[in-house]
Amino acid sequence: MRLFRHEVRTQQLLFWRNKESAVFVFVFPPLLYLLLGAVYSGRIGGFPAADALLVGLVGYGCANTAFAGLAITLVIRREGGVLKRMRATPLPPATYLAAVLTSTLFIFVLQLLVTMTLGVVLYGASGPRNWLGLGCAVLLGVAAFAGLGFGAAALIRSSEGASAVVNLIVLPMAFLSGSFGPTRGYPAFLQAISDVLPLTYLIRILRVVYLGGGSFWSQPRGIVIVLAWGVVGLLIASRRFGWEPRER
Amino acid sequence: MSALEVRDLRKAYGAVEAVAGISFTVEQGEVFGLLGPNGAGKTTTVEILEGYRSRDGGEVTVLGVDPAHGGSALRERIGVVLQTSELPAALTVREVHRMFAGYYERPRDIDEVIGLVGLEEKAGARVKTLSGGQKRRLDLGIALVGDPELIFLDEPTTGFDPAARRGAWELVRSLRALGKTILLTTHYLDEAQQLADRVAVIREGLIVNIGSPADLIGVAPTVEIRYREAGRDVVIETDEPTRVLAGLTGAAVAAGRELESLEVVRPSLEDVYLDLIDGESDEAP
Repeated sequence: MRLFRHEVRTQQLLFWRNKESAVFVFVFPPLLYLLLGAVYSGRIGGFPAADALLVGLVGYGCANTAFAGLAITLVIRREGGVLKRMRATPLPPATYLAAVLTSTLFIFVLQLLVTMTLGVVLYGASGPRNWLGLGCAVLLGVAAFAGLGFGAAALIRSSEGASAVVNLIVLPMAFLSGSFGPTRGYPAFLQAISDVLPLTYLIRILRVVYLGGGSFWSQPRGIVIVLAWGVVGLLIASRRFGWEPRER
Repeated sequence: MSALEVRDLRKAYGAVEAVAGISFTVEQGEVFGLLGPNGAGKTTTVEILEGYRSRDGGEVTVLGVDPAHGGSALRERIGVVLQTSELPAALTVREVHRMFAGYYERPRDIDEVIGLVGLEEKAGARVKTLSGGQKRRLDLGIALVGDPELIFLDEPTTGFDPAARRGAWELVRSLRALGKTILLTTHYLDEAQQLADRVAVIREGLIVNIGSPADLIGVAPTVEIRYREAGRDVVIETDEPTRVLAGLTGAAVAAGRELESLEVVRPSLEDVYLDLIDGESDEAP
């Protein structure tokens, strides 16, 4: 437990001290919300635009923090030999990974609070109608996208390419899942892709609990699909993830 | 108990046998050098001892424990300096030491360690502002912060300028004075000669010679006697230099001649080393 607390603090220090990644991971989604919230008005998917975008950007923030940010960080640390160096210390790998996950969750929750406050104060967006449901959705989203993040880190071979590869996945996914605006006008084949993406379902769950005040458990199909993606990521990670640099 | 015991260690990558059955023992408080060219199997050997790699055969104990199953308890007692590993660029020297100190049950005092590796003036500086040599000293600092009994140094001065190498050597000597056991790999002869109590010369996964630097030179069979005669260089290799020299000089004095440019050369460790690593590989052109 002492090791775990020490490592969570260390991960926080590492995250906030690295300005570039802190801006990309932490500032970017709320910033996008500010921009899009100023552009859209009226209603999106039956909800006021400020509300729908708030939920969409929270979903994007989750994928950006737990999937993109985590995958890039892990690849850079692995290729730089940092993970290998950590393995020579008494810190157990499981404790290290648990601390990384906890730190990621903490960053995302902080980001969620910032985005929510911006929405409520600037755009008159509503606050969460079901706090407990929101909490469950956040845990689900971070767990699943972190699972995918570990999987992606296992597949990406070089730190130079990590950011490009990950954003090539996250940004189109966010567009297709309706993070940045309505998806109703999308052609059928894009809709079909959208229908299998985890972010689509995470955003649906967030709409139900945050905007509708419904129960988290009223969305069993969405929960299963999001979780299944996370499990796929973990399966890839368990087969392919290594602690040592790939390029030697 | 010996700090390290290695018996008939083997490791292959596919068809390539990186370590082909090597044995050595390192006593507590000893500085032991693994000397050999790149690709000889030094790093593979060390990484098996550090617990990074599995072995295909042989027996290994590190501080009395099999490193493949040593876990956290063994890692409490060893310090590792890898050939290449980056450290968090945005943290300060003191923060990196504090980060690593937190992983150990009984860490050394952080400022004491920073002083030991000579980074006092850089304690508050970000890692990214350090020079290459200073970064290697930081590597060493975080390897020492857990107060290990045994330290692995994998090519600690590769890429250093001469002044930085001297500095690193002083540091290794000061660790030795603290009673630490050190396993050092290097492809620099002078480094092995300067630092190691004993050296194993390793080539193509096998130890071709082992002993103190003086022993290694001592086992060289021949001494060279060189002089010039009638404009030609004459080289005589002998294992009886006194008798041969007496004959030569006696004849020259009797004839009233001077032996031009006369010298008696004992081979340096370098000659022995090059002989060991090159001389026997005639079958592989």
